[in-house]
Amino acid sequence: MNSFLDKVKSFEPPKEKKFLHTLYDGFFTFLYTPNHVTHGGVHVRDRMDLKRTMVMVVLALTLCYVFGTYNIGHQHFVALGQHTSFMAAMHLKLVHGLIKILPVFIVTHIVGLGIEFYYAARKGHGIEEGFLVTGALIPLIMPPDIPLWILSFAVAFAVILGKEAFGGTGMNVVNIALLARAFVFFAYPGEISGDRCWVSGLEFEGTAAMGEAYGWAHGMFDGLFKWLGVATFGDGGGAVVDGWSGATPLALAKNGWDNVTAHYSSLQMFWGDVPGSVGETSKPLIMIGALMLIATGIASWRIMFSMIIGAAFMGLLFNAWGHDVQMDIPWYFHFYMGSFWFAMAFMATDPVTAASTNTGKWIYGFGIGVLGIIIRVMNTAYPEGWMLAILFMNVWAPLIDHYVVQSNMKRRAKRVATAAN
Amino acid sequence: MKKALKRLHFVTAFLFLFQIVQAQSPSGSGTGSFTALLIAIVVIISFFIIWQVSDNLLRIEAKKSGLDSESEELSLTPGLRDVFRKKGPAYATGRYVALKQGHNIVLEGAAKGPIEQATANTFAVEPPNFRGMSPIPKVEVEPGNTVKAGDHLFYDKKNPDVKYVSPVSGEVIAVNRGERRSIASIVVLADKQQQYRSLNIPNLETCSRADLVAFLLDSGGWTMLRQRPFNIIAEHNEVPDNIFVSTFDTAPLAPNLDLVVEGRGAAFQKGLDVLGKLTKGKVWLGLNANGETAPSAVFTNATGVQKTWFSGQHPAGNVGVQIHHTAPIGPKSMVWTLDVQGVITIGALFTEGRFNAERVVALTGAELATPKYVRTFIGANIGQLLEGNIFEGNNRIISGDVLSGAKAAKDDYLNYYDDQLTVVMEGDHYEMFGWLLPDLSTPSVSKALPGSRFPDIAFKAHTNMNGEKRAFVVTGQYEKVLPMDIYPQHLMKAILTNDYEKMEGLGIHELVEEDVALCEFACTSKQPLQEILRTGLDMVKES
Repeated sequence: MNSFLDKVKSFEPPKEKKFLHTLYDGFFTFLYTPNHVTHGGVHVRDRMDLKRTMVMVVLALTLCYVFGTYNIGHQHFVALGQHTSFMAAMHLKLVHGLIKILPVFIVTHIVGLGIEFYYAARKGHGIEEGFLVTGALIPLIMPPDIPLWILSFAVAFAVILGKEAFGGTGMNVVNIALLARAFVFFAYPGEISGDRCWVSGLEFEGTAAMGEAYGWAHGMFDGLFKWLGVATFGDGGGAVVDGWSGATPLALAKNGWDNVTAHYSSLQMFWGDVPGSVGETSKPLIMIGALMLIATGIASWRIMFSMIIGAAFMGLLFNAWGHDVQMDIPWYFHFYMGSFWFAMAFMATDPVTAASTNTGKWIYGFGIGVLGIIIRVMNTAYPEGWMLAILFMNVWAPLIDHYVVQSNMKRRAKRVATAAN
Repeated sequence: MKKALKRLHFVTAFLFLFQIVQAQSPSGSGTGSFTALLIAIVVIISFFIIWQVSDNLLRIEAKKSGLDSESEELSLTPGLRDVFRKKGPAYATGRYVALKQGHNIVLEGAAKGPIEQATANTFAVEPPNFRGMSPIPKVEVEPGNTVKAGDHLFYDKKNPDVKYVSPVSGEVIAVNRGERRSIASIVVLADKQQQYRSLNIPNLETCSRADLVAFLLDSGGWTMLRQRPFNIIAEHNEVPDNIFVSTFDTAPLAPNLDLVVEGRGAAFQKGLDVLGKLTKGKVWLGLNANGETAPSAVFTNATGVQKTWFSGQHPAGNVGVQIHHTAPIGPKSMVWTLDVQGVITIGALFTEGRFNAERVVALTGAELATPKYVRTFIGANIGQLLEGNIFEGNNRIISGDVLSGAKAAKDDYLNYYDDQLTVVMEGDHYEMFGWLLPDLSTPSVSKALPGSRFPDIAFKAHTNMNGEKRAFVVTGQYEKVLPMDIYPQHLMKAILTNDYEKMEGLGIHELVEEDVALCEFACTSKQPLQEILRTGLDMVKES
């Protein structure tokens, strides 16, 4: 073991080569916990560090990744009217999903980590772990067919302007992953809105033999599948089936709940067998991740809980108002549609951008819940509200904290005043 | 009995009400009974609210007119607070505070009784142990002089009335100097037979406060008193609002003070009596309500003091936390604190007529062959205390506990106020994927690690940082281990940004290093909170 350590250490570049040394340091501390000991202050430190905190979130996301990957393939085949049963042709769906998600994942990390490494070297500090989670979240909140160059722009924009400009991990005001999505949303709305963007591979529509149109990666696997004697991509038809719309439940919800259930059963929406962003569709798997984060104390249950209350409260209010069909959607059905659960579990709970006081967390979560439903129901242009609601509340979080802290200060000042009398 | 009666009142009143409402509701089915039930609930709730509000108004009124709402019977029925308040153990009679936040770090190597006689024979008083003292105090002895226990060794030129005295009798063998000719320590080689400076003991019943203060200043007893805010030597020209003594220590491997105080009851009580004359307020004793049985009778039977029972994990035993829950310090208030053995030393001035600097010290830590209690004097030589008891290896010796103690070497001396010595393994090793693997061998407050799930497992601590320093990222984790109405993270940020107003407003006066030590331990970002806090305290003190 020690000889391996020595071998790794022998690669260490000289400190003058800043970028290389930062890079080496980043990978070394990934491989080994360094031998730093405490000096001054406490002599024994908790085992918990930022790397472990971040990796817990990534672990909580794994189920979403597995399901999301599969669902990319599944929705693709449903659109084509093939293998429409959820369990049919699993190998094809998984492979198609992987071919879609892996480039997104890799590009996100190359761009994001590259920027992170560059700034770490420039500032002369270690590589911070912030991007570990951001990089895991971004592919899950993008449409599966997102062009990689747009993705690169979005990630670069979010990391440079959202984080590094403010001073790096722990200093950012708004959620980096959501900022990347917001960038796509406003700069390239065509890629992330409408009915067709949520299902992958529709650009091959009309090609006579889709097996050839898919590209080399699919073709490679087709060879394998042919040899194994299972269904192949090449068998596929060339057109989207009649009557398939590709709209997400939320887009359908503009015309009321009946319109949604005409396309998807509530069970389907619950389990996630619907089009949407990669990671957000399956509610039970997100809830498992959320429970894991609560059980390990990584994410704030206060934010999650108050966000549910906020959304339910606003849903009830709209039910009472009942101005249009979308307001009439029973409040509890709002929890079946869209990315509420994903936003709650993984986006709103980002400790850096959320309110930092416990009282503030209640207000912050509630605010997101209320705002998200308002945007969802009242704004016809944006089918989903969580991205904007969270970004909005991110901006307000410091103000909420300010008032909570002020009230603590006032309480103390009052006590001092009464004690003096 | 009274309490039981109160509870009975409450329950019967509730049942009675419920019955009335039920009788009124029609016994139909469907929506009719549902509405009735709703109405019933609303009626009950509104009645309850009115009742509670009026009850609280009564309490507020009583408080305004100066009644003690804790002890007096103010209302017919108990308030919500009384019903749902956590009850202390049966022996905890009187004021009881249950602290929810905190964490006990259980480590291997707790000291076990009985108390042995230590063999250490060199002792030192180190001026840097006294915060705020000028670096070069006036030293009144030279190497080669013989001194008695209680003879003056040095004083601060800024504050010449406070005399720092020798803990033992013997020969001054060294006056060590540190950086820029500052005085680092004055070392005394102890006689086999201790001799004491004779003192003019004033009569405690008849002497004035000024005489008492003068006696304590001259005899060396004054050095036991520390002043908050800032944790400095008590200012003898002022009168403290209150004096606080914590009778238990919840820090990792801390000595059991019940054992320490055994046989010293008379001196302890005398010490409390002395303190009673020094303050314009009260002497507050913080008692341990964590145990199955009551703490030592020396503490529970103490007279002339106000007792408060505290239950909860570390830092429940910290005097700062106890002050916060009794009479919090503000920028204008000032209190004194001292530890149990300090009280005994002051008491012994009167009961024994001499400056008795005897200390029971806990030798603790997994790197000791037999962790134990030893009887010695203030400032004992560490190497001599540990002789033949310490495992050879890469160890770290700490004067004090692992959270707020000071790193020391074998030829160093125990710090003036320390009654504990800890030896732990140095953690200067690399660990492959140390940040990823679940680990049962290191203590943690985080629920993400298995270690926190087994509160009784004793850990073998080491000094590795377990990660690298980062910006503040995780929120709310300090609040979980600090049982005070304080936002530590916001306070730290206020200090880092030199925001005086916020520092004061957020309660920097209520804290000293040991209070935030557990927050620093728990910190995911490995921030040096104690260091930051001290910077802030110094800034506030200078301003």
